[in-house]
Amino acid sequence: MGYLLRRIGFYAFTAWAAITINFFLPRLIPGDPVQALIARSRGQLDANAIQSLYILFGLDTDTGIVEQYFDYIGQLFRGDLGLSFTFFPTPVSEVLSDSLPWTLGLVGITTVISFLLGTFMGVLAGWWRGSWADMLMPVTTFLSSIPYFWLGLIAITLLADAGGAFPSSGGYDPGVVPSWDMDFVWSAVYHSLLPAITILISSMSGWVLSMRNMMLTVSSEDYITVAHAKGLSERRVMIGYAARNALLPNVSGFALSLGLIVGGTLLVEIVFSYPGVGFQLFQAVGAKDYPLVQGIFLIITLSVLVANLFADLIYLLLDPRTRKEG
Amino acid sequence: MSDPVLEIRNLDVNYGLGDEAVHAVRDVSLTLHRGEVLGLAGESGSGKSTLAYGMLRLLPPPGVITGGQVLYHPRDGEPLDLMTLSTANLRRFRWSEISIVFQGAMNSLNPVHTIAAQLCDVIAAHEPRTSRAAQRARAKDLLKLVGINADRLNSYPHQLSGGMRQRVMIAMALALEPRVVVMDEPTTALDVVMQRQILAQLVELRERIGFSVLFITHDLSLLVEFSDRIAIMYGGRIVESAPAQDLYRESLHPYSDGLLHSFPALRGPRRELTGIPGSPPDLRAMPSGCAFHPRCPKAFEPCADRSPVLAAPPGTSSATDNRTVACWLHAVERVNT
Repeated sequence: MGYLLRRIGFYAFTAWAAITINFFLPRLIPGDPVQALIARSRGQLDANAIQSLYILFGLDTDTGIVEQYFDYIGQLFRGDLGLSFTFFPTPVSEVLSDSLPWTLGLVGITTVISFLLGTFMGVLAGWWRGSWADMLMPVTTFLSSIPYFWLGLIAITLLADAGGAFPSSGGYDPGVVPSWDMDFVWSAVYHSLLPAITILISSMSGWVLSMRNMMLTVSSEDYITVAHAKGLSERRVMIGYAARNALLPNVSGFALSLGLIVGGTLLVEIVFSYPGVGFQLFQAVGAKDYPLVQGIFLIITLSVLVANLFADLIYLLLDPRTRKEG
Repeated sequence: MSDPVLEIRNLDVNYGLGDEAVHAVRDVSLTLHRGEVLGLAGESGSGKSTLAYGMLRLLPPPGVITGGQVLYHPRDGEPLDLMTLSTANLRRFRWSEISIVFQGAMNSLNPVHTIAAQLCDVIAAHEPRTSRAAQRARAKDLLKLVGINADRLNSYPHQLSGGMRQRVMIAMALALEPRVVVMDEPTTALDVVMQRQILAQLVELRERIGFSVLFITHDLSLLVEFSDRIAIMYGGRIVESAPAQDLYRESLHPYSDGLLHSFPALRGPRRELTGIPGSPPDLRAMPSGCAFHPRCPKAFEPCADRSPVLAAPPGTSSATDNRTVACWLHAVERVNT
């Protein structure tokens, strides 16, 4: 329990540090948001409009940086991330809450499937090494070496463009209205199939390779021979003894990849024009939409931290050696 | 001499296949009788562990058994050949008839399961009808048997000392009351005090429960004290086999003699330690003739050319003296050829 509290304290500190850096970084960039807006509107704003923008952004008052900092933290706790430039005057939090479900749905589900499937295949490949299962290795090595954007583009060219079976972009059919009915859900699933399959192909092989390696290492441990000598069934030895121990490094890898769900899928969403956080980030960077970029970075940082905490918890559960005696 | 429980006949074990294969165990025959402690001694790489794993078909690839039989004599019924047993039958046979205490006390237990879970799963695997409560009660009794407090049942292996872990392994080996327990250097990883404690406990348990032991070690002085009969292995072959006291008093093979003089005796008058010059043979390039001749202080004319046969030395009969040796110094036919 004490260990857990210490971990949580550590992550809280890290989160604070990340938020602080997130606050100071944009303020080190020369210029201000109003200037960026003026530049974007190409001289169509008159002096009054500019003045009202300054008031709108809260840049008219001459508050010190320390006060701004505490205001910022206060805003964060109220879920206020400021206003987006590109979608002005939509709040950043609203933009994020529109795009987050898409990313979490597509990448979250495929990450979990990829981990489960890849780990399971790795267990089999490691256990039956020297048999047909070894054929899997060159294939997975090949697949894991394909750059993702290339795989995505090829998939679009072959399967989506010019009368292909799959849509090439978007999260749902433009004809349906987003709501929880069959039409929309089906449309969303249908649009996510092609990106999901390409993510699976390129990410699963990593799990297969690392799990197989760990299985090989663990298989030569003494307790595996003991388990065989005890006359336990082949399946029991494979799952309860070999895979159970080989799983540990893969699980922490999995928890870390959960943290990258939010930010690590830029390429997928760009290639498939998928309306998720990655695509939003891409657009925000292009449009110099600092509040949005800042908000997305904050979400990414926090999700990595949460995933790390999650990894610690799972490890505590799976490996008794990491539990401190109370 | 009581009935045999386990008979190894002409067992050959190779590592690898074809011309590259390394012959780790060659033509070994060995009999373990009921209630007996049979010691198997030899240097590292002499094939003693390979023999033990090989006879239970536990060798990981590339270990291959290329010939021979391992006959197990059940309490009633015909002897079984372990080499031809089906996978399912072999699984039922393992641990319930022959269990093993392994070399590595530190790594023999699965680190992610509790002691209780590992004691219970072997009971569950062989006697599926036992209830969970009964399994736990058995596990508790087993721990008590080896002198470990029952509240350790829910401990994980890393919470136990090396000696305790090895005791848990011994308890586990006795879980199904097997008739044969193979001990593969069970005390090598432990300090001397712990060694004596565990061995004394073992002797006591054997008297109480009555199982046969195949005790594998390189520590001959330990064997002289604890075993009834000793077989000495060199380069994958048995070179001498004799009752423990006879071997200690008068070893016939120069290698046995060298081994005896490599350890200080635990009891009796002081002897000079000499050791054996040279190093164990390379199994990939075995010397011609007797494998020991390049290191043997008493090697003479036939040793380098022809391999001696394991047989009763002249002046003894295999029926009464129960000892054999493979050495030209003690070969019957030597006089004639």
